Amino acid sequence: MKKIFFVALAIFSLQFISCKKENTIIANDIEGLLKVQEISNDTNTLEIYTKSGKFIVGHNEVFMRVKSIASGAFATDVTADWMPMMHMMMHSHSCPKTAITKVAGKTALYKGDIFFQMAGNTSEKWTLKLNYQTGGLPFVVEDTIDVPNSTRKTIAVVTGSDSKKYVLALMSPENPIIGINDIKVGLFKMESMTSFPSVANYTIEIDPRMPSMGNHGSPNNVNLTYSPTDSLYHGKLSMSMTGYWKINMILKNEAAEELKGEAVTVDNESSTLFFEIEF
Amino acid sequence: MKRTLFLLPILLLFSGRILAQSDLSDSSEALIPVQLGEVIVVSKALINHQRQAKPLSTLEEYLEKSSKINLVRRGNYAWEPMINNMSTERISVTIDGMHIFGACTDKMDPITSYVDVSNLSEVEISSGQQGASNGPTIGGSVDLIRTLHSFCDLGWSGSVDVGFESNAKLNTYGANLKYVHSKVFVDVDFMYRNASDYKAGKNIKVPFSQFTKYNISSTIGVKLNEKNTLVGSFIFDNANDIGYPALPMDVSNARAIIASLQHSAERINNIITQWDTKIYYNNIVHEMDDTKRPVVPIHMDMPGWSSTLGAYSKMKIAKNKHDIGINITGYYNKSKAEMTMYPADKEEKSMFMYTWPDVRTVYSGIHFKDKISWKNIHTLSFSVSTGLHYNKVASEVGLNSLRIFYPEMKASKIRFIPSLQADYTFRKKAFTWTTGLGYGERAPSVSEGYGFYLFNSFDRYDYVGNPFLKNEKSIELHTDISYKQKKITLNLATTYFHIYDYIIGAPILALIPMTIGASGVREYKALKAADISNTEFSIEYRPHRYFKTKAALTYSYGKDYKRENLPLIRPFSFRWNAIFNIKSFSTEVSVEGASKQKDFSEKFGEDLTPAYAIVNFSAGYVFLIKKNYQINVRAGIENIANTYYSTFSDWNNIPRKGRNFYVNVSFGFDQLRKKANR
Repeated sequence: MKKIFFVALAIFSLQFISCKKENTIIANDIEGLLKVQEISNDTNTLEIYTKSGKFIVGHNEVFMRVKSIASGAFATDVTADWMPMMHMMMHSHSCPKTAITKVAGKTALYKGDIFFQMAGNTSEKWTLKLNYQTGGLPFVVEDTIDVPNSTRKTIAVVTGSDSKKYVLALMSPENPIIGINDIKVGLFKMESMTSFPSVANYTIEIDPRMPSMGNHGSPNNVNLTYSPTDSLYHGKLSMSMTGYWKINMILKNEAAEELKGEAVTVDNESSTLFFEIEF
Repeated sequence: MKRTLFLLPILLLFSGRILAQSDLSDSSEALIPVQLGEVIVVSKALINHQRQAKPLSTLEEYLEKSSKINLVRRGNYAWEPMINNMSTERISVTIDGMHIFGACTDKMDPITSYVDVSNLSEVEISSGQQGASNGPTIGGSVDLIRTLHSFCDLGWSGSVDVGFESNAKLNTYGANLKYVHSKVFVDVDFMYRNASDYKAGKNIKVPFSQFTKYNISSTIGVKLNEKNTLVGSFIFDNANDIGYPALPMDVSNARAIIASLQHSAERINNIITQWDTKIYYNNIVHEMDDTKRPVVPIHMDMPGWSSTLGAYSKMKIAKNKHDIGINITGYYNKSKAEMTMYPADKEEKSMFMYTWPDVRTVYSGIHFKDKISWKNIHTLSFSVSTGLHYNKVASEVGLNSLRIFYPEMKASKIRFIPSLQADYTFRKKAFTWTTGLGYGERAPSVSEGYGFYLFNSFDRYDYVGNPFLKNEKSIELHTDISYKQKKITLNLATTYFHIYDYIIGAPILALIPMTIGASGVREYKALKAADISNTEFSIEYRPHRYFKTKAALTYSYGKDYKRENLPLIRPFSFRWNAIFNIKSFSTEVSVEGASKQKDFSEKFGEDLTPAYAIVNFSAGYVFLIKKNYQINVRAGIENIANTYYSTFSDWNNIPRKGRNFYVNVSFGFDQLRKKANR
């Protein structure tokens, strides 16, 4: 009798544990993320997440999962691509983005990066269109999304001295520290209204300054160079205190020709190419 | 020096008891063996064998009387003492052997600013490695000695002090109450000082030179048995609204708690004559403030904290010809300072940094000293000490900040600090000759090792610490010759330091300053070598027991290995005084001055300081009322000619006080005076 009781207890608890485990996995998928919005068609609801729960002008690390309206289950076999579009008065354009991939270690979570280069407003809105496949069937969803204006500039659209249009977007540090930070920047060329391929082998020189402190600068920065591994630019950004920093930049092509930006000097307080960080 | 210590209890006993002798024969100076050290008697005590021109002077004013000491002035408060032209980092300043470290990154709070004269009986000054007994030093040491009482039935005594000065409208109020019994003593004192802006010579007002401070202290002693005593000591010092006219910022509050408990055993056996063991703790909070300044480039808060927990055990051994002192000492200090700046654009976030990244320092050392005398002619004294010095940056934010400059830097660092010293004295009749040499090292200070953008308003550079600095090392040589007869004393003393890896700021051109308006950034670096030398000649003449006069001349030299001038080196200076004492009346005239400072360091913001001389006068009388009560009245004029002047050590040439009239009145009672005088 005792034995049976123990076996029953064991089975019961096992079940309980495994149950819990499954739930935890699904819940873990979106841990630390906040929902921005849901976009639905007849079959699925796509839940869109970011860390802050909103889109910003600049780099957005966008997470997504596909929920079946019928079963409530989250699809784990999704392949997808996306097209953000800005619908302006005269024309429409997209923005730089990366492919959507499944997040390693997660069950049903997918992610990609979108770099909104401008904010939406009442008459000019962003839409996000997603083409995806699950269970062997193709689907489409599309909806308007809200990209409010940011107070600090973390993305720059510039025309270089080579007459080409570039987009530079600050991706990290996400949580800046006093000291030397890893800085990561995405550099894209605007080939057309919808094509923004990343650019290889350029250099981004940085000079962080504090305009409120008489343009104080912090030493031992490392200029950003291209890394083929992630097709992004990496360097070291030094900041000697908290507060508002202007990251002045000079963009140089593979032949080290200056495309955009000017050196900060006594007479020139700021480059025309810059990011802003405040922490 | 040692001899002074032995005589100290006797001196103190007398100082509190006996009405000032009307002659000068027992002047404390006479008790000091001719040495490079010096003892300044600090006493506002009513009845004092050595009368002070201004008994309610600040501690700094007392220190200034010593030709061994110079003070760096940044205003009318908290002057920074220097010995042998070396300041805080290179000297050891202790209170009764206790280590205590200022909490201000800009040296606005030397530890002498956290005590008042009411707390002290005297100040012991030692030059070079002779001052190494409490901890490592290069230039020497200042030990501020607390008032102690002997255990005898003296009953109640006390005093009330009032001082007024015309310049800066300085008011000083003090009170002291003590009870001394054969088994126990209790001493409580209080001091309050309040000053508004002072006027320099020619009646030019110096704005932002005000201060207010009060100090409460207490000592309680219990005699456990014939040989053992226990003494607890407590000081609370609080200063508010302190102006620093030579600096861009003032201080809203500076406060210190200094506490200790000491066990003393006397004459333990035939060999051990004295064994003192003390544990202590002190805590300093220092808050800089710029809100009262009309124009600042950016408002900022700069608070600093420093606390130290320490202990020492000192033993004195006398055997045959030997006179041995052993001191085991250790402390743990936490120093932290931060800066928060508020941008003009209120939307912007405030800017924060650690200027001292919560640096922990642990020091432990042992000092051994022996003095051997023979034939009453020869004395050989030598000392050896070793210490371990450990630093750790406890704040991760602070460590990351410093790694901007030093990516390879480790959070902690350990150093070994040795010291050696030997002196030979030859004494015959009126003639005494001492020659000695010493070797000492010191670890960089918290600012030198770990400071982060510390603005020096003198050379207008931001300073960045360097955790990779080597120990600074000094070889010193000194000679002292004196001739002393009944009426005349002549003394010539010279000290020479050759300092290796001399720590000083070197400009780094590539760095952009943090402080708005700063000229650049300097990093602490070790200069290959520097030489500093001091020579002093003094002559004292006592033609009559009522009259004495003394003149002293000082010459200093300080250059780096490239023969470039070091900053803050005293020019040729002189002082002279004449004292006339008869019975209860005494009067003093003094003159002090310096030649122009030609050998200034332009690199460090110095310019030519013109020559000056000022004349002071004081007079006083002690009234005895019914033997138990006394009133001591002293009045005087400082800088009689109202000369506008500044000295080499006045920060940014801030002018010194102009003419000042003062009156100090002390009223005292003493329960047992009748008995004592019988």
